[in-house]
Amino acid sequence: MAQKNRLATGGRINRNRQLTFKFGDNVYSGFEGDTLASALLANGVNIVGRSFKYRRPRGIVAAGADEPNAILQMGASEATQTPNVRATQQELFSGLQCRPTNGWPNEQFDLMSYIGKVGGRMMPPGFYYKTFMYPASMWETYESYIRKAAGLGRSPTENDADSYDHVNRHADVLVVGAGPAGLAAALAAGRAGARVILADEQSELGGSLLHSDDTINGEPATDWLASVIAELSALDNVLLLSRATVNGYHDHNFLTIHERRTDHLADRAETGKVRQRMHRVRAGWVVLATGAHERPLVYGNNDLPGCMLASAVSVYIKRYGVIPGQRLVLMTTNDFAYQTAIDWHRAGREVAALVDARRNPRGERVAQVEKMGIRVIRGSAVIDVLGGKRVAAAQVAAIDEQGERVVGAVEAIRCDTVASSGGWSPAIHLSCHTGSKPEWREDILGFVPGKTVQRQLLAGGITGSYGLQDCLEQGYQAGALAAQKAGFNAVKPASFSIPCVKEQSAMPLFHVPHTLPTSRAPKQFVDPQNDVTAAGIELATREGFESIEHVKRYTAMGFGTDQGKLGNINGMAIAAKSLKQSIPQTGTTIFRPNYTPVTFGAIAGRHCGELFEPKRFSAMHAWHVKHGALFEDVGQWKRPWYFPKPGESMQRAVNRECLATRESVGILDASTLGKIDIQGKDAREFIGRIYSNAWAKLAVGKCRYGLMCGEDGMVFDDGVTACLGENHFVMTTTTGGAAGVLEWLELYHQTEWPELEVFFNTVTDHWATLTISGPNSRNLLAELTDDIDLDREAFKYMDWRQGTVAGVPARVFRISFTGELSFEINVQANYGLYVWEKLFEQGEKYHLTPYGTETMHVLRAEKGFIIAGQDTDGSAHPCDLNMGWAVAAKKPFSFVGKRGMQREDCVRENRKQLVGLKTRQPEVVIPEGSQAVKDPDQPKPMEMLGHITSSYYSANLGRSIAMGYIKNGINRMGETVCYPQADGTVIEAEICSYIFFDPQGERQNV
Amino acid sequence: MQKTERYSGFGLFKHALRHHENWQRVWRNPTPKKQYDVIIVGGGGHGLATAYYLAKKHNITNVAVLEKGYLGGGNTARNTTIVRSNYLWDEAAHLFEHAMTLWEGLSQEINYNVMFSQRGVLNLGHTLQDMRDISRRVNANRLNGIDGEVLDTQQVKALVPIMDCSANTRYPVLGASWQPRAGVARHDAVAWGYARAADALGVDLVQQCEVSDILVEDGAAIGVATKQHGVIKADRIGCVVAGNSGVLAKMAGFELPIESHPLQAFVSEPIKPILDTVVMSNHVHGYISQSDKGDLVVGAGIDSYVGYGQRGSYPVIEHTVQAIIELFPIFSRVRMNRQWGGIVDTCPDACPIISQTPVENLFFNCGGEPAASKPRPVPVMYLPPRWPVGKCTSWRSPSPWTAFTVAP
Amino acid sequence: MLYIYCPHCEEHREEEEFHYGGQAHVARPKDPDACTDAEWADYLYFRKNTRGWHHELWVHAAGCRKFFNITRDTVSYEIKETYKIGEQPAISE
Repeated sequence: MAQKNRLATGGRINRNRQLTFKFGDNVYSGFEGDTLASALLANGVNIVGRSFKYRRPRGIVAAGADEPNAILQMGASEATQTPNVRATQQELFSGLQCRPTNGWPNEQFDLMSYIGKVGGRMMPPGFYYKTFMYPASMWETYESYIRKAAGLGRSPTENDADSYDHVNRHADVLVVGAGPAGLAAALAAGRAGARVILADEQSELGGSLLHSDDTINGEPATDWLASVIAELSALDNVLLLSRATVNGYHDHNFLTIHERRTDHLADRAETGKVRQRMHRVRAGWVVLATGAHERPLVYGNNDLPGCMLASAVSVYIKRYGVIPGQRLVLMTTNDFAYQTAIDWHRAGREVAALVDARRNPRGERVAQVEKMGIRVIRGSAVIDVLGGKRVAAAQVAAIDEQGERVVGAVEAIRCDTVASSGGWSPAIHLSCHTGSKPEWREDILGFVPGKTVQRQLLAGGITGSYGLQDCLEQGYQAGALAAQKAGFNAVKPASFSIPCVKEQSAMPLFHVPHTLPTSRAPKQFVDPQNDVTAAGIELATREGFESIEHVKRYTAMGFGTDQGKLGNINGMAIAAKSLKQSIPQTGTTIFRPNYTPVTFGAIAGRHCGELFEPKRFSAMHAWHVKHGALFEDVGQWKRPWYFPKPGESMQRAVNRECLATRESVGILDASTLGKIDIQGKDAREFIGRIYSNAWAKLAVGKCRYGLMCGEDGMVFDDGVTACLGENHFVMTTTTGGAAGVLEWLELYHQTEWPELEVFFNTVTDHWATLTISGPNSRNLLAELTDDIDLDREAFKYMDWRQGTVAGVPARVFRISFTGELSFEINVQANYGLYVWEKLFEQGEKYHLTPYGTETMHVLRAEKGFIIAGQDTDGSAHPCDLNMGWAVAAKKPFSFVGKRGMQREDCVRENRKQLVGLKTRQPEVVIPEGSQAVKDPDQPKPMEMLGHITSSYYSANLGRSIAMGYIKNGINRMGETVCYPQADGTVIEAEICSYIFFDPQGERQNV
Repeated sequence: MQKTERYSGFGLFKHALRHHENWQRVWRNPTPKKQYDVIIVGGGGHGLATAYYLAKKHNITNVAVLEKGYLGGGNTARNTTIVRSNYLWDEAAHLFEHAMTLWEGLSQEINYNVMFSQRGVLNLGHTLQDMRDISRRVNANRLNGIDGEVLDTQQVKALVPIMDCSANTRYPVLGASWQPRAGVARHDAVAWGYARAADALGVDLVQQCEVSDILVEDGAAIGVATKQHGVIKADRIGCVVAGNSGVLAKMAGFELPIESHPLQAFVSEPIKPILDTVVMSNHVHGYISQSDKGDLVVGAGIDSYVGYGQRGSYPVIEHTVQAIIELFPIFSRVRMNRQWGGIVDTCPDACPIISQTPVENLFFNCGGEPAASKPRPVPVMYLPPRWPVGKCTSWRSPSPWTAFTVAP
Repeated sequence: MLYIYCPHCEEHREEEEFHYGGQAHVARPKDPDACTDAEWADYLYFRKNTRGWHHELWVHAAGCRKFFNITRDTVSYEIKETYKIGEQPAISE
C-alpha cells in the first residue's frame, strides 16, 4: 500500500529498506528508521484507538513520551503480547503486529461510542461515586460492567520467553538526555576524563538536533551532532546509551536506566540475547538535560484525529519525512511554533492559516511566515474543530487579550490538521523523584526543579532555556562543573555560535475560550487518555475539590500512561483559574517514578523463577535426589522431607522411617543446622549471657542444649553448643535462624559488651552433619571408627569426641533429637557424601534407613522436644514451654531475656503453656493449627484456649500425639478440651505431658 | 446550613440536563471556631470516619477535623486498598471484623459509592510452616465468627488460574487462606464520602491547617496551636495521624511504642481485567490486586529504616516485582507505571493503638500492622463509643502503655 | 537506595550490603534486674522515632559484619556522618 503521506525526500529514514507491518487487520509498509507512529501517519491512518470513557475516535498527537492516544497492543504471538506500547516510541521492524486497545467491533466503528455520545453527559468526573449504590445488592453487577470497560491493552496469557538483566554501574557524571544540552555536558565531562554515562530514551542521540534547521559554528546542526558523537564514542571513559530511559531518580544519586536492547529489532529477542536491561547506576554527579514537553492548547473537540502538537508535526516532517495531512491550521501562543508552519509549507503542502493568540506578534518568524504567503490571524484562536473521524475544519475566532472570552465572529477554515502550541513545560519529572518541590516561573510559564539535596545540575530546556545557544552553553558548563566537582580538572571552555532568531514572549493561554461557557461548550480535552476535560476540572473545583491533588484524583487527570506529561500544566492552570488563584498557589502534583512505564521483567532482571532466591543444598543432596527424597523448603535450604519407596504414601513412608529408627538405626542429614564457631577467652562468659541456662561449668568435650531469648524474654532460637576447648565453642542454631543468630551475637558483642574478647564465625557450610540414631547406631559407628572409644561410659550422652569416621577426621557428638542412642557425625563438607555412603555400605546389615524432616519431627515430638519457630511464635518464654529447667535465674549476669520474662504479664496466671494432647480416639490426628475451646457449643466469638503446634500419628506409640498451647495448661493435666473443625466435627483431647515416649530418657543413655 | 443533596442515578441525570452546573459543594470550607467539643487532628480516612461517627452515633457535632494538607492526602491516598478481617489475634480480629461489617453497608449509609468490592483475599502459603500458621489463623477466625477457609494448591489454582501454582517455582504455592468477604475499596472515595457525610452533620473540616503544638495544662490537653489559625481549644483531642503519630506525641510530651517506616507500592499500566481476587504472600513479599480501572495494584514489603520521606529504597521494589513475577510469570511484559511510598507506623505487636494517652483528654489512633500490606482504609475507622468522653476503651486492654509494660 | 559509608571498611557501599539496627545509643540497662517494668518497656519498645536528624545503628552485614552508627535525616534521607560504636556523633538530634 502506498505511503500517501510520505514526502519524497528528507528524514532520517532508510528508504532502501522497506518494512511491512500489521495494524489491526491491515498490512502497511514503512521504512527503517520509522517509529510505529510515523509509519501509521505515513499511511494516512487517522484513528489509532478509542477513548477510555466516551469511546471517541483518537489519533496520534505527539511524537514521543507524551503521546496519550497511540497506545497499542503489540505482539505476533501469545507469549509476546505487550500491552500499551506507545507507538511514538516503538521503532518499526519488519513483521511488527499491533492493534488498537479499545474499540468494538473495531477502532473505526465503535458501537460503544454511541453510548459515549448519549451517555457522555451522564459521566462527569466522579459519577461512579454518586451512582451504582442502590440497591446495594446490585453493586457486584454494576461493577462487573465497570470492569468490562477497564484497561487499555491486555496481559499475555503465556509466559514471557524473553530474558532481562541488570548491570550495576558507577559513573562520575551521569547525563540524562542527549539533546544539545546533554551532548554538550557529556562532551565537557568526557573531555575532563570523568567516567560519563550519557543516556537517552530515543533510538538516536541528538534530541531536537535530529530535526533541526539550525547551524552550529557555521555547520549544519546534524553535522555537529555527528562529530560530537564521534568524539564521545572515541572516549573510553564515556558510555553512550540510546533506547535507554532514565526512569527513576532515587536517593543518594542512585538512578535506574531502562534500556530496550531488542524491541526495535523483532517481536522477541533473538535466542541468547537480552530483551531489556536495567542499569543500576550510582552517580557522583547527575546532569539533568531532559528538555521540555510542548503543551497543546485546550479547545473544543481538540481530541479529533488531526489535532496534534505543533512540534510533533515538525518532527514527523523533518525526522521521518512524513506529513500528517494536507491542509494545516496552526494555533500558537509563541514564536517557536511558527517553525511548524514553515516546515509544512516547505514540505509543499498548504498552510490554511496561522492563528496566533497574541494581538501583535512581532518576532522575526512572523515576517518570515507572512513572506511565504501564509495567512496569519492575530489575536485569535481555534475555539473548536469540526469533523467526524478526522478534522474537517477549524473554527477560528478573535479572543480578548487575556484569552478569556471570544470577542469576534467565528470563521470556519477548512483543514485536516490542527497543530497547536501553548508553550513548553520543562521535563522536571526526575528532579521530582528526589523529593524536590518544583517552582513556578512566570517568565517561562512553567515549573522548574526546586531545591534538591542530591548532587544534581541542570542544563537546557529543564531550566526553561529553550534557545540552542543557551542549551549548548549551559550543557557544557554543567558537564565541566560536574566533572570538576567529581574531582577532575577543569576543561577549557567551548564556544558555540548559533544564528539568533529574535523571539517575542509567549502569551499565557491554558484554556481557549468558547462562545459558550465551558460546561456547555464542546468537550475541551486536557488529558485525552482519561477523557479529562476543562469542564470536568471546573466541575471538580465547583464541587469543592480545591487542592490540585483532589482535582487530579477526582478527575483522574495525569493518571494515564503518560502521567500527565501532555495535560497536567494546562489542567493545573484551569483549576487555578477556576479557583481564582495563581498557578503557584495552586501548586503542582508530584511526579514519581517511572518517567515512562517500565517492564516488570526488566525490574526483576534474572531474579525470577529458579533464580528468585538462592537454593542451598547439603553435600549429600545428590544422594537424596537419587534415592527418591521429596524436599521441604526450610529457609533457603532444600531439606529431604521423606524418602518414599515406589508407591508408598507419605504416612506409610514416615511410619516406616520412624519404626526403623527406633528399632534399629536411621540416618538424617542435619547439615543445614546453623553452626557458629565461637572463640576467645571470654567466649564462655558471652554464651552464658546469651543463653538462658548455665554455661560456666561446661567442660571441654561436653555439649549442652541452650535456649535463646529476646530481651522481651521470648524464645527465638535453640540448639546444642559444644565446648571444643576452654576458649572454643561451636554453637548450633535452627536451620532458618542461623544468619539472624550470628548477627544477634555480633550485635551484643559489638554494642553492649565490646570488652569481652570473643570472635564469631559462621561454619554452617564447612561441615556436613550426618546423624545416626537408634539402638544400632553405636554398632554402626563402630564399624567405621577405630580411634573413638564408643563405650557407654567413655563416651557419655552429651559428650563429643574428635576422631576419624571412615578415615575422615570427624567431630562426633553424642546428642539426640530423637530420644534414641544417637551420634551426630560432623565431617568437612567435602567428605560428607563419602562418609554418608560408607555408612550405608556398613549400615546394610542394620537396615540403615534414611529419614527426612517429617520423621525427625515425629520422633522429636514423641519425646516432647520443641522446634523453635513451630512450637514457638515469639510469644512464649521458657516457662511457657515448661522448660523452666533451662533458665538459670541465679547466674550472676542478668542474661538476655531474664528481665523480660519477669515482667508482670509474663508471670501472670492463665498464660498459654505448651502441653501434650492425646485425642480420645487414638487414630484421630488433630490438624495442626486447630484451636482449643472448652465448650464447642458456645456462641461465636468463642473463647479459645490455644492452638495445636505439632501433631502426628506415631507409629511407635500406635496413636496420635500432639503438642499445643493451652491457657494454664501445665496445671490442667487430665482435662479434656475440644478442637472444633471446619467440617463441623469436634475432636476431643486430653491435656497431658508432652513427653509421650520414654519419659525417663533411658534409650538415649544406653 | 444547606441540606446535603442525595446522590443517585436519577440525580445525576437531572444534573446532566443542567450541564452539571448546579452540583453542591461536597463539603464546606469553614474558618475554624476558637473552641470545639472535640478536635480530630488528621483528615485521613481514619480521622474523617472518627468525626463522622462522633456526630452520627454520639451526637457530638461540635467537632473540627484539622488537616495539614488536603483531606485524604496521606496514607489514605497511598495504600493498596485491601480490606480484610482475617487477623490472628483476637483483639485485632474483633476490631477488624467490626470494621468489615461497617464496610458492608457503608456506601449506602454515607450515600457515597466507596466501591467496596468483596472479591476475596488469598493469603498464600509457601512452606509447611506457612500452612500451619494459615490453619491456625483460619481456625481462630472461624471460631471468632469470621469467614475463612484453608485452600489447597488445586483450589488456589481454580480461583486464580493465571497464578503459577506448579512445583517449578522457587517456593511453590502449597495452599492459602481465603476470606471471601474481604476485598478492596476505592481509597479516595472512602475519605471523601466520610468527609461529606461528616460535613453534612455539622463537622468543620479545616484543610491547610497544621497543628504545631498540643496545649497541655495540669496534665490535660486543652487545645492545639496551629500554624494557620492560631490556638483552637477543645475539651478532647484525638490524634489520627498515621505516619506522624510520634511527632504529635512528642508535642504532648510523651513517646509512643511506634516507629515510622516507608512502605512502598506501585501500579502497572491499566490492562484488561485478568485478576479478580486479592493475592497476598508474606513469604515472597508481594501483594496484588487489580483495580476497576485495570491497574495492577501492588504492595511491597516495608523498608527497614525510619523514614518520613514518602520514599523507600529501590531494592524493595525490585524484590516485590520479582515476587509478582514468581507468582504471575505472565505479567513479565506488563509495565509498571508509577511507584510511591507511604509512611507506616509500626507497633511492636503489630496491632493498632486506639487509646487514651498519659495526657488526659488526649487520644491516639495509630500503629497499623507492619507485616502485611498498607494500612487499611478503614479497619479502625470506627472508634469505640465512649472514646470521646475521656474514658479509655482501647480494643486492647487496658492501654498500650500498660500493655507494653507487661506484654506482648 | 541509600549509599552508606562504612567507617570500618572506609568505603561507600550500597544499602543492600547493610542491615538496619534501629535507633542508636539505646544502651542495655546496666542492672536489668533493678529496672521497673515500665523502665524495661521503655528500653524494649519506646523509640524516639525522630523526624529529622536521627542517630541509628547499621551493620555491614554482607561486608565486614561490623556495627556502626549513622546520623541521617529521616525526611530527606541525607546522611551527615557515620561513626564507630563508642564514638559520639558530631550532630545532636
